[in-house]
Amino acid sequence: MNSVDLENVTKVYGGSTPSVDDLTLTVGDGEFFTLLGPSGCGKSTTLRMIAGFINPTSGRIRFGERDVTNLPPHRRDTGMVFQNYALFPHMDVAGNVAYGLSMRGVAKSEKRSRIDEALAMVGLTGYADRRIDQLSGGQQQRVALARALVIQPSVLLLDEPLSNLDAKLREETRAQIRQIQQRARTTSVYVTHDQSEAMAMSDRIAVMNAGVLHQVGAPREIYRRPATSFVARFIGRSNVLSGTVEEAGTERLSVRLDGGEVLQAPVSEGTLSARVAGGDAVALSVRPETMRIEAVPEGSGTVVGGVRATVRMTEFTGSSCVIWLRYGDEDLLATIPDTDDLPEAGDEVLLRPDTARTWVVAP
Amino acid sequence: MTLTARPAAATAPKPRRNRLQLTASDRFVYVLAIPLVLILLVYIVFPMIATVFTSAEDGGAAYADFVSGNSRQALVLSVGISLASVLTAGVVGTGLAVLLTRFSFPGRSVLKVFALLPLALPPLIGALSFYYLYGTSGIIPRVLAEVTGVPASSLSFDGIAGVMLVHTLTMYPYFYLSVSAGLSGSDASLEEAAMNLGASRSTMWRTVLLPMLTPALVSGALLTFMVSMASFTAPQFYNVNTLTMRIVAAKTSGAYDLAAAQSTVLSVVSILFLLLMRWYQNRRLTRSMSKGTPQTVKTVQGILPQILAAIGSAVIVLVLAAPVAAIVLLAFTVNGTWTTQIIPPEYTLQNFIDIFTEPRSLRPLLVSSQMSAVAMAASIVVGVLTAWVIARWKGKGAGVLDLMIMLPWALPGTVVGINIVTAFASPTPFNLGQVFLGSLWILPLAYFIRFVPLVFRNAAASLAQIDPSVEEAAQNLGAGPLRTLRTITLPLMARGVIAGALLAFVQGFGEYVASVVIYPARFVPLSVEIYNRQYANDLGTAFAYGSLQVLAILIVLIISEVLEKPGRFTRRRRRTGDIAETAAATAA
Repeated sequence: MNSVDLENVTKVYGGSTPSVDDLTLTVGDGEFFTLLGPSGCGKSTTLRMIAGFINPTSGRIRFGERDVTNLPPHRRDTGMVFQNYALFPHMDVAGNVAYGLSMRGVAKSEKRSRIDEALAMVGLTGYADRRIDQLSGGQQQRVALARALVIQPSVLLLDEPLSNLDAKLREETRAQIRQIQQRARTTSVYVTHDQSEAMAMSDRIAVMNAGVLHQVGAPREIYRRPATSFVARFIGRSNVLSGTVEEAGTERLSVRLDGGEVLQAPVSEGTLSARVAGGDAVALSVRPETMRIEAVPEGSGTVVGGVRATVRMTEFTGSSCVIWLRYGDEDLLATIPDTDDLPEAGDEVLLRPDTARTWVVAP
Repeated sequence: MTLTARPAAATAPKPRRNRLQLTASDRFVYVLAIPLVLILLVYIVFPMIATVFTSAEDGGAAYADFVSGNSRQALVLSVGISLASVLTAGVVGTGLAVLLTRFSFPGRSVLKVFALLPLALPPLIGALSFYYLYGTSGIIPRVLAEVTGVPASSLSFDGIAGVMLVHTLTMYPYFYLSVSAGLSGSDASLEEAAMNLGASRSTMWRTVLLPMLTPALVSGALLTFMVSMASFTAPQFYNVNTLTMRIVAAKTSGAYDLAAAQSTVLSVVSILFLLLMRWYQNRRLTRSMSKGTPQTVKTVQGILPQILAAIGSAVIVLVLAAPVAAIVLLAFTVNGTWTTQIIPPEYTLQNFIDIFTEPRSLRPLLVSSQMSAVAMAASIVVGVLTAWVIARWKGKGAGVLDLMIMLPWALPGTVVGINIVTAFASPTPFNLGQVFLGSLWILPLAYFIRFVPLVFRNAAASLAQIDPSVEEAAQNLGAGPLRTLRTITLPLMARGVIAGALLAFVQGFGEYVASVVIYPARFVPLSVEIYNRQYANDLGTAFAYGSLQVLAILIVLIISEVLEKPGRFTRRRRRTGDIAETAAATAA
């Protein structure tokens, strides 16, 4: 069992605010698990604690049944791919890949075949004798991957391994990493700040901000049912409207926005929507593509199920139109299919969110 | 699964703190630090303290002596000469730097090579060649006397003027190197921006370039001042009673407490300057932010200016090359034949043949190379490990260790000699019962103390170029701390360390200032032998030895140039000030 367990892991550097605050999560055996968040959220610190380069201030880290909290990095049997690859510049490709095998006392003949195998896996057959500075960035990245995988680590750790590649190569490589991981079924922890990368590659994602874990879930779940307003905003684009719960039913709940309008959202067992009661402060996440734009009805009072906003700007992007709006003090965003009668800047419109896809989040 | 922002904090029991906060590599750093700290304490710090104690033995009588006697005048003289040297070396060095980075003229490339030649002059033989070039019985005054009819003695550089001449022509590289680095590092677009905004060329220099050059000028000035305060060989030949001269005189006459008091005063001045320099370097923030627009070089136009520039460069090149040329010329002189002629009348290869065939003449060469090799080996071990420990030490201790190992760099060689004499004369708990006075080990010890900062600096610079994640990668793949150091870190540091070690070796090979204070009668080092031969009028042999020292320095400089080419392993270029500082370690 090569699972990874973090239990109440906290890391405090000199100051009083923890870099990682009481983090508990489990990475399943063979899972591709991503730590996602903006820079400084503690994801890299978490990964480095798993690798053993940083010791947690408190809490335990386990690989399966094995407690590795106080184990030095060289005895943890993880394979790490570093952001800048950290290849040994004084060794050739084969030397780099062989390094971990030598540390494990693998016999010479076996070493040779395993190096060849690893290089073949990343598509670098025939590159064994190359010097590191003769390789392109993408090739270096794959050497780093081969070096980490050849030792058949119990856990594969990847620290933003794609961030130094150009956009096209990044997409090719992420597909490749995912394929290799699925073939080897190596438990993998991947760190990135790029949400689309996380969505495309991961079995599950942990979203972190300022040292705090906000949500763990499959990519689709996190997108559709964000737990907090931070997750809603960080994953994809979202309009987050704050308000208070007016009525909590079993199927639906009504939220009165700070501007006075009332919107509804579905209730789902085991989530925040099922736990809130009347009077609780919450926020609603409304994705831009789930809003319709209508003309403001005559004899205006408060409209149930819609908010009034003023159009600030419209953008035609080809397949759709992006409309920037102002609602009270907030900027809202709606994407609608292209149409001939777009509203113009200054128009007042009624925004009507799709109730089924509106979601209650922690403010 | 977490659904609200902070649920776990409210529900989880108070997490227990981990007892073990240090990772394995952290602990390894501290384990390694202990012996290093011990070595630096015993060989660098305690000897300084021993000198301070010796100076205060008679309840401060030595200091009363210092203030009332001629030591005070010597201190004033040393400071005066040093300030004047800063001025003259500053003018020459900055002038050359501006000329060579901003103007293109016939002879520029040749001049650029020769501008660094003073760095190849070993301290003793360098001062000696100036003496025989510009002194009372020097070649130049004799030529001028022949031409003008004025007596040579009134055309020569003697006394303080002689010292100033040596200082100016050997110390200007500190300004030249730092100002050239500053000028070529500055971004042309900044100057263009200033002029685009309406600044005239002179206003631009005053408001943009000069403020940006301030760091280079300040570090050049501090370096020159320190090296000049430590200067001993030039005052010795021109018989100028600087503080360093007084120290040696006091020690020779057996007044150990006075010598110690003088050393203490000189140490305090030097260390203050070291601290001032570090403070200034850490403070300076002016760095060019943009990617850089190449500097434009102004070409000298017109036939007449070009001819004048060519003649000017030729003259400067001649002046800069003269000391080395004189050393080589005099090395072939038949001993005792040069009396009143302009240049020596008879030449021979015999001096070199004698050095390598007569055991008595070969001995100083062997003594210096062996002593220096031992010191180099020790410097490599201590310098490299200290650099590594400092780079990986998370905490305040790193700064202390750094200061400890860099201290000798600020100390004049004379003071290092006195420190060793006072600390290792009799067994005490502080020197761990070791007595080195008169022993085989005293010269290696002195060379180690003086030149370990050089190896350390080079090691630290090459270490700074290694990405720390490379070490982490090795550990991640299963290598323990020691194995990581051996298989990854040390191989990557090798080039820089070898360059630094060779430099340390060649400095030990030519060392004179500390040697003359401490050398045991049985082991006369090369530079002391040069002095003795010169004194005995064996001028040819003295300069033959000297030319071997120059040759050794040139070889080492060429090797380090090759080694320190921006290597294929390096992450970033080394800091610009470093070159000048490394150069300063070679001075005396």
